[in-house]
This record gives sequence, C-alpha cells and structure tokens, in this order.
Amino acid sequence: MHHVNPAKLDDAMSRFGPADAPPAGDRESMLDVLQGFIHELRAAGLPVSMTENLDAMRAVEHVDIGERDAFKAALGATLVKHHHHWRAFETVFDVYFSLHAAGVGEEGEDTEGFDLESMEAMRAQGGGAMGEVSPEELAQMLLQALTSMDREQLRRLAGMAVDRFAGMEPGRPVGGTYYLYRTLRQLDFDGLTARMMGQAREQGDVGDGDLAERLAQEEFQARLQQLKELVEAEIRRRLVADRGAEAMARTLRKPLPEDVDFMHASREEMLALQRAIYPLTRALAARLAQRRRRRNRGHLDFRSTVRHSLSYGGVPAEPKFRHPRPSRPEIMVVADISGSVASFARFTLQFVYAMASQFSKVRSWVFIDGIDEVTRFFQESDDIGEAVHRVNTEADVVWVDGHSDYGHAFEVFHEHHYKEVTPKTSIILLGDARNNYHASQNWVLKELQQRARHLYWLNPEPRGYWDTGDSIISEFGIYCDGVYECRNLRQLEQFVTTVVEG
Amino acid sequence: MADRFKSVDDVVERLRTVDYLADPNIAGVVYLADRLEKPILVEGPAGVGKTELAKALGDVTGARLIRLQCYEGLDESKALYEWNYKKQLLRIQADREHETSWAEVESDIFSEPFLLTRPLLEAIRAEEPIVLLIDEVDRVEIETEALLLEVLSDFQVSIPELGTIAGKQRPLVVMTSNNTRELSEALKRRCLYLHLDYPDLEREKDIVRVRVPEVDDELAEQVARVVRSVRQLELKKAPSISETIDWARTLLYLGKNEIDPDVIGETLHVLLKYQSDIAKARKELQVEGGPLPARSSAGP
Repeated sequence: MHHVNPAKLDDAMSRFGPADAPPAGDRESMLDVLQGFIHELRAAGLPVSMTENLDAMRAVEHVDIGERDAFKAALGATLVKHHHHWRAFETVFDVYFSLHAAGVGEEGEDTEGFDLESMEAMRAQGGGAMGEVSPEELAQMLLQALTSMDREQLRRLAGMAVDRFAGMEPGRPVGGTYYLYRTLRQLDFDGLTARMMGQAREQGDVGDGDLAERLAQEEFQARLQQLKELVEAEIRRRLVADRGAEAMARTLRKPLPEDVDFMHASREEMLALQRAIYPLTRALAARLAQRRRRRNRGHLDFRSTVRHSLSYGGVPAEPKFRHPRPSRPEIMVVADISGSVASFARFTLQFVYAMASQFSKVRSWVFIDGIDEVTRFFQESDDIGEAVHRVNTEADVVWVDGHSDYGHAFEVFHEHHYKEVTPKTSIILLGDARNNYHASQNWVLKELQQRARHLYWLNPEPRGYWDTGDSIISEFGIYCDGVYECRNLRQLEQFVTTVVEG
Repeated sequence: MADRFKSVDDVVERLRTVDYLADPNIAGVVYLADRLEKPILVEGPAGVGKTELAKALGDVTGARLIRLQCYEGLDESKALYEWNYKKQLLRIQADREHETSWAEVESDIFSEPFLLTRPLLEAIRAEEPIVLLIDEVDRVEIETEALLLEVLSDFQVSIPELGTIAGKQRPLVVMTSNNTRELSEALKRRCLYLHLDYPDLEREKDIVRVRVPEVDDELAEQVARVVRSVRQLELKKAPSISETIDWARTLLYLGKNEIDPDVIGETLHVLLKYQSDIAKARKELQVEGGPLPARSSAGP
C-alpha cells in the first residue's frame, strides 16, 4: 500500500480542483477528485483496475503537478492502456482538471477567470470590457495571432469570442456543441482562411502552383483547428464552472470507437471507423494466421529428424515436424445496400476485402430488389475504399421500385450462382431482413445451407427489433448456421474470427 | 527508486543530446518509469521511434542495451536460458570410456559452461546498468507473455539446478508493440502505457533538422508540410518518421533546396512503399512522376 503525500495533493488541489470542491488544505479533497475522475473514466467505458488506480495515486506524487503536461502524462500512462481510449480520457481530463488551467497568462485568473453572473451583467449592459471590441476588430486580432501563431494571444481571443458569441446562460442543460457551433459560425473560419491566404500571397509566402496552394491551405486549417480546440476548451471550462465536473462529464460521454453503432454513426464517427478498419483487419489477420498455424502442429517429419540426428551420433535428439498448410475458406458476401443498412454493408464489405488474404477467394454481390455481382470492382482496384464507392454508385441493384426485396434477390442469386457454391464456401448474408412484406423465398437459403460449408446472417439492427414490423429475420434464420447481431466493430471483428476458424 | 533522471525537463534535455526529441508525454512517462520502477509499454505505428527510444535511453543513462527480439514461437529457452544439450551430450559420450560417477557427471553438465544465457537472464545477471528492450512483444504467444510477466514483476528467475538468481538492480525496461494483437490485460496492468503517434508539424520539422543537420529551416518546414499532407490521405501505410528523414536526405543528395511538384513526383517512392499509395498521392497532390515500379515492394 502506498501513502499519498498530502502536501503534494494540497498543492494539486489548489491548482486544479474543480470549482465545487472545497478549497485547498484538505488532503481528502484531491483524493476525492481523483476518485471522481477515475469513476468517470469507468463510466465512460475504460477498464480501470484497482492496481491501475493505485498506480495513478503513486504516479501523481512524483510529478510536479503545476506542469499540466506531466500531470496528464502520469495519469494517462497509468490509467489508459488502449490507444483508442485516449480521446475519451482527454475529454474527462479536460473536464476535471481544466478549471485553473496552467498558462493562463500574467494577468492571473481574474481577467480570464470566469464568473457567469458578471458575464450576465456585462451582457445586460451591452458592453463591458469585451463589448468595446467590435467583431471586425476581433477578427483582425485573430488574424494577427493566427499569422504569428501566438498561442497565449489566441487563448485570450478564444475567451473573448466565447464571451461575445456563445451566448452562454447559466444552468441551461445544453451540451458544449451548441455553444461551439454558435461561436464558430460567428468567427467565420472560411473567411479567416481566405484572409490568411490573401495575406500570405501578398507577402509572397505561397509559391506557385496547386501544390503550394494546397500546402498553405492545410497549414491554415491546422492553425484554425487549434483555435477551434481553444474555443472548445474555453466553453468546456465555463460549463464545468457552472454545472460541476460530474454533470458535465456525463453529458460528454460518448461511445468508444469499437462501440459506435454503424446505423447511427455521425459523419465524424464514420471517418474514425473508416480509419480504424485497416489496422484492425491487419491485426486480426496476423492473429488468425498465427492461431491457424498453431492449431495443427503437424506430424513427425521422419526424414528430417533422421538427417538432424546425424550431428548427435545418431541420437534423434531434435524431432522435426512437418507443418501442414491449412486450407482457407472461400467467401461469398451477399449484402443489402438499401438506404437503411447501406453504411453497414459498406463497412462489412470493406472489412471482408481487407481480410481477403485470409480467404482463398472472395466474391460479393449487392442487392436492393435486383442483385448484381460486384467482385469486379474489387479486382480492378487496389484501393478498397474506391471499390466500395463504385459499388455504391455503379452497381445495378434496382429491379422494380428500389425497395428491399430479399426474396427476389435470393431467387436470382440461386438461379445464376447456385452451382458455384461448393462445400468449401462460406456464405455471409448482410441485411436487416426488412422485406417490405414481399415473399421471403427462404427455400433458397435452405438449399444454399445444404450445399455450402456455412451460411451466416449478419443483422445490423439491435436484437430487440428483430421480427418487428416487416422484419422477417426468423424466417430466414431457421436455415442459417448462425444469425448474428452486428452493430459495431467489436461485433464485426468477433464474427470474422468465427468465419475464418470455422 | 532509481533516480536516473532529475526531472521531466531533465529527460527532455538529455534525450536531446542524443538527437532524440521527446515530447512532454514521452518525457513524462519515461520519468515516471524511472521513479516507479515500472516497465514502459510503447505502442504505435511502425517507424515512429519506439525502438529508438530505448536505444536513446541506453545512451543517455550510460547503460548497456540488452535486446530481446520477440517472434512467434519465442519460448523460455530462447528468452531466458537453455542448457546446451548438444554440448552436454558430447560430454557424456566423451566420458563413456572413463569411470565417472553419475553425480560427478550431473554436477558437471549442469554448471555454468553448459548454460546458454538468453537476453532476459543476461539482463537479470548484469552487474552494470542496463536498459532492457523487449521488441515487438505483440508477436509472442500468450503463454510466453506470462513468462515475461513473471520475470518483470520480481526480476529474478529460478533455475532448478542452480538456484534462484535475483537481479542486483532494476533496469529500465522498454517493451514495444505494433499492436498486431491485443496484449493481455495482466501485462498492460503492470506497465506504464505510452502511445507514440506521428509527430505534429513542429516536432517533425525539428526531428528532420536534428537528424539531417544539412537541411535548412525552410526545406525542413516544406518537407514536414508535404509529409503531413500525405499522411492525411487514406493510405495503406502512411510515411513514418524514418521515411521522412530518408526523404529529406534524398532531397539533399539530389541537391534540391526547394520542393516542387516534379521533385515530389520523382521521389515519392522514398516516402511510400505501396504502388497504390504512390498512385493515390500523386493524384491527390497533382504531381507527375516516372512510371511506377512493376510491383509494390514491401517496406524495409
């Protein structure tokens, strides 16, 4: 058991404690803050064990808590053991330890400091210190700060902008996004970029050609991104002061990337998922290949053993084994790509093709009420993302009215490709089985199941919705070797593991 | 407490003397590892300086670097120690003609000359300060991971024939992982976790300047900007720091002081190692280039 040094903790308290915590001098308070912090991390889904909890306590003793970076590094290294949990950690960290953030500036905390009431009063008078700066002047100052990348100044200006544009009201139960949106709209990032660009051109900082233009553009966007983060931090700081860390953290809680629902992902989450797919498949492929090799150790290679025994005077001291080459399954993917489940199909196709090296052959079809084979798109391009894009735009999948008709699609599939299904084939069907009250034609699945090695169905809907409304998943399900709920990357990864091993 | 470093700043400054630029997070974790005597687990994409960190730590603390390269199938006999049974066998055979008691033979063949020391045992027995690098720990099987856990938690090992050997000191331990598989929670729990990612513009620029001192400030800035731009594309394999450095060197050898589209087009293959990535980058950055190599070559 380690004892936490009270003096250090008091020190920490006085600099970092949230507003509602008692003032410094109370050792328990810092412990409380840390416990609250860790509790919130757990609530956000991070697996923080008891050991790690204690490690964090020991770790903060060793860092000079005035140094925010070191303090954050200490907590991060002891509490966060998965990279994709880092964002969630950062958010919670900001909420719990941002109030008296270091580096506020020489004026101390009073000018920067925040007091909702006085802000209210200021707005009521229609002026005050901030009121004297016109939007145009603010924009000019921002431009200057962005050009010279003066972070201190930017931080101050971000504070001003929030004062002026966010229109924050105490006690109002809205998240930071709303205020952020209001502030950013007024700041007019596009306009700022254009002005920075113009300024840079005048001074001859931008070379000729598209490339130079692009690089300059990206540089300005990166700077604006920093400004955006400062504004966000400022808003968060004020919200925490108003509502307390706990309540704030609760509003900000978001699913971890592996738990993001395919069907309800925001644009940003979609991009994050896209990026996550490739590394994930690579890791999975490596793991599966390894496991497959190990599962079958192979039998004794007699010749090789005898050959090696010669170096020990004929004693077979080193037995040698022959490693078998395991067979890889052949995969057929048949995916519904109608509106409601399109993004799910896209992810799954991308995932399966990224794993193509694990299968001897991958073929794919997409359908709505008509069905079209799309294997060619993936063969023609090295780039899976591009192929999936072509699937969405070029595949011929509408037969009558463009509403899902599983029955018809399956019938056509049976007619053309039944013969190509072999006992080595695993078939994966993707869709929510919402058949718009058409006939299910599930005899097709029955026959396919008999012929194929496995027949799986992946449904992106929560299990609770199955067989409600026009969903007829059970009618199909009786002929499948497995029907899986597949709403997020975690479930998809689990499923692919089953297929490769099966 | 080992006290190799005085403060977090001390870490930064001393690592800088061996041309390793640590950001505050890296320095913070290294400092903690020293104080808490815990191993560091470094994860991140290939080529962001994970192994390099261990080497740099060895250099600045004046310690010898002992490296255990992990691979699939690594086991106790390759990681810890092994009796040299071929030699033992020969010894027994050579003894056949003489009259020696079994006890004599036994005490003889299970003695120091017949012991093959592998990196972990070497690290435990070391008298001088060392840094232990366990590279690509994600490649070993779960069972071997358990072995690592055991050694790392007590820093001692029992050899039945020789007794328990305890380490005289706690070395700095750095484990790296490319994240090809999820490491066990037990292992992660015992480590300080450090994720290294591609550096931001400023740091990358500094790294280029430090590693390729002949490059001037402006070119370094341009290099860093182009690399940042390329990394934003959706690629199979984004350029690593070492590739950035290679690229800067290439530009230098070609005598280019400035980057224009033609130069990028011709030298993009230094940054990117997949044909489809090169094609994509050319298209996005609108640069021309010679014909692509016939087949995408694997990375170094």
